Amino acid sequence: MSEVVLLRDVHRVYPGQPPVRALAGVGLRIEAGELVGIVGPSGSGKSTLLNVLGTLDRADTGLVRIDGQDVAGRSDRHLSALRAHRIGFVFQQFFLAPGVTALDNVADGLLYTGASLRERRRRAARTLERVGLTDRNHHRPHELSGGQRQRVAVARALVGRPALLLADEPTGALDSTSGAAVIELLHELRGDGTTIVIITHDHHVAADLPRTVHILDGRIESDERTA
Amino acid sequence: MSTATPPASRLRPRDTLRVAFSGLRARPLRAVLSALGIAVGIAAMVAVVGISASSREQVNQQLRELGTNLLTVRPGQEMMGGGDATLPPESIDMVARVGPVTDVSAIGTIQDTAVYRSSAVDANQTNGLSAYAADTDLLATVSGALAAGRWIDAAMAGYPTVVLGATTADRLGVAVTDGSVAIVIGEQPFVVVGILEPVPLAPELDEAALVGWPVASELLGFDGSPTTIYERSPESAVEAVRAVLPATVNPENPEEVTVSKPSDALAAQAAADETLTTLLLALGGVALLVGGIGVANTMVIAVLERRSEIGLRRALGATRAHIRRQFLGESVLLAALGGVGGALLGGAATAVFASSREWPFALPTWILAGAAAATIVIGALAGAYPAGRAARMSPTAALSVV
Repeated sequence: MSEVVLLRDVHRVYPGQPPVRALAGVGLRIEAGELVGIVGPSGSGKSTLLNVLGTLDRADTGLVRIDGQDVAGRSDRHLSALRAHRIGFVFQQFFLAPGVTALDNVADGLLYTGASLRERRRRAARTLERVGLTDRNHHRPHELSGGQRQRVAVARALVGRPALLLADEPTGALDSTSGAAVIELLHELRGDGTTIVIITHDHHVAADLPRTVHILDGRIESDERTA
Repeated sequence: MSTATPPASRLRPRDTLRVAFSGLRARPLRAVLSALGIAVGIAAMVAVVGISASSREQVNQQLRELGTNLLTVRPGQEMMGGGDATLPPESIDMVARVGPVTDVSAIGTIQDTAVYRSSAVDANQTNGLSAYAADTDLLATVSGALAAGRWIDAAMAGYPTVVLGATTADRLGVAVTDGSVAIVIGEQPFVVVGILEPVPLAPELDEAALVGWPVASELLGFDGSPTTIYERSPESAVEAVRAVLPATVNPENPEEVTVSKPSDALAAQAAADETLTTLLLALGGVALLVGGIGVANTMVIAVLERRSEIGLRRALGATRAHIRRQFLGESVLLAALGGVGGALLGGAATAVFASSREWPFALPTWILAGAAAATIVIGALAGAYPAGRAARMSPTAALSVV
């Protein structure tokens, strides 16, 4: 199996008084098809790690290789292309466009690939089916439950068939039942071969994941595989 | 696993437009209000230019109808002696003998003769009106028209009948021309037979009471000297005729003769309005500037409010340039919305104003093209700073807002 994520001795310090050492020598390797939880208390550096994995933030030093592409020194255009084609994001707050149908929200996941609107909608409909929301295509976010909204957001992240799906506290804004359903969906997707990284501070969520990486003070404390 | 470089991020032009428009659609009231600022400026400029063009068109149309080939000849100041010079009685015939001249007519001031509504009126209340002896072909030569009644023809010229200028009729309160009303000229009653429309090429006729040449000599002691000779010639010969007229009417003292072209005065009056037009246009420009500042303000707020949208778009693969284009496009659309609204408003104002004055409607295309260009430039300028700010925003900072 080839690796989707390779981090080696990654450092990230936010300047300030005093400077914040968000990542202090992180090494991480994630193979294709893995489902990995990154767990840690707030301030542990896990959000920074997610941003670095998603190429939204750059490491100060160290090797960051996402889907075979070295991130260091790459232009904004190059990293944007990587995000458009190879990385999908799911956020705690969903970030769905209000007043826009579920179908078009999902289709926007392909907006920056240059695909035509017809093609984007066609693929969005197929992806909504995959997350079990076929009958909600023309609903707007305010007509959907929290769990359904997060499923729409997951569909938007998946529609471009990314090599890596990053989920930042995907259950953080959901009640436990909807949250469990979203996690179950992510488990199912893993069965389809998608590589998924879930950031969470919820140990119940982490406990069910086949691999859990604990992070504290910008360092990896433990890396456990249960399956 | 594929490790090939991914294809570049790409946002189709059509999608750029769609994305820019979606920002406006999300807050329609705000979009309309900030577009209104631009609309007011554009409407003001379009209306000012449209109204002045309509007015000019009206003058041109009037000149086409009246002709620009009418010359008037008046006695000027006497070089020696100081008194008013006069034209000799035979000067009318002398002008008629100039080759290209096609029409000649004249009026002569009847000296020391005032015009009153009745003999009971105080002699000092002259109303600023003058009595003139008029040729029977005067009306045709100056392109005058009757508002009521009839003109003095050869048969009536020997009888005490009078035709009133538009202002004269108004000041004397005369509206009836059926022969039942008489006014007093030089202590003699004259029956009102006609009332003129205003005469644009000979405004002096508006304040005149016109009587026949023979009856003026007979009853009012008119000396037969014309005060103003009206003359028409083919357009091509106007300048040549103008050059010979002074020497023709007064061979001994040609310098005492003033020749003028009344159509020039009309055109000059239209040109004088240009100054006002320029001033109003500048005011419209100020309104437009204020509108542009309103758009910039709206865009700055939009960028602040939509940080998470910007972060999301960056996560979805938008480059900085895509973000910049989105907000720049939104700003230009906003201004264009105002521009279209303003052009329609300005066009409508011009149409209403022109029709209320019975002017022809004229709206030069250059002002519409100018308005379109102005809105695009204003939209781009207003959006440049906020769009740049949106583009420079770091994706992580944009996403960290809840």
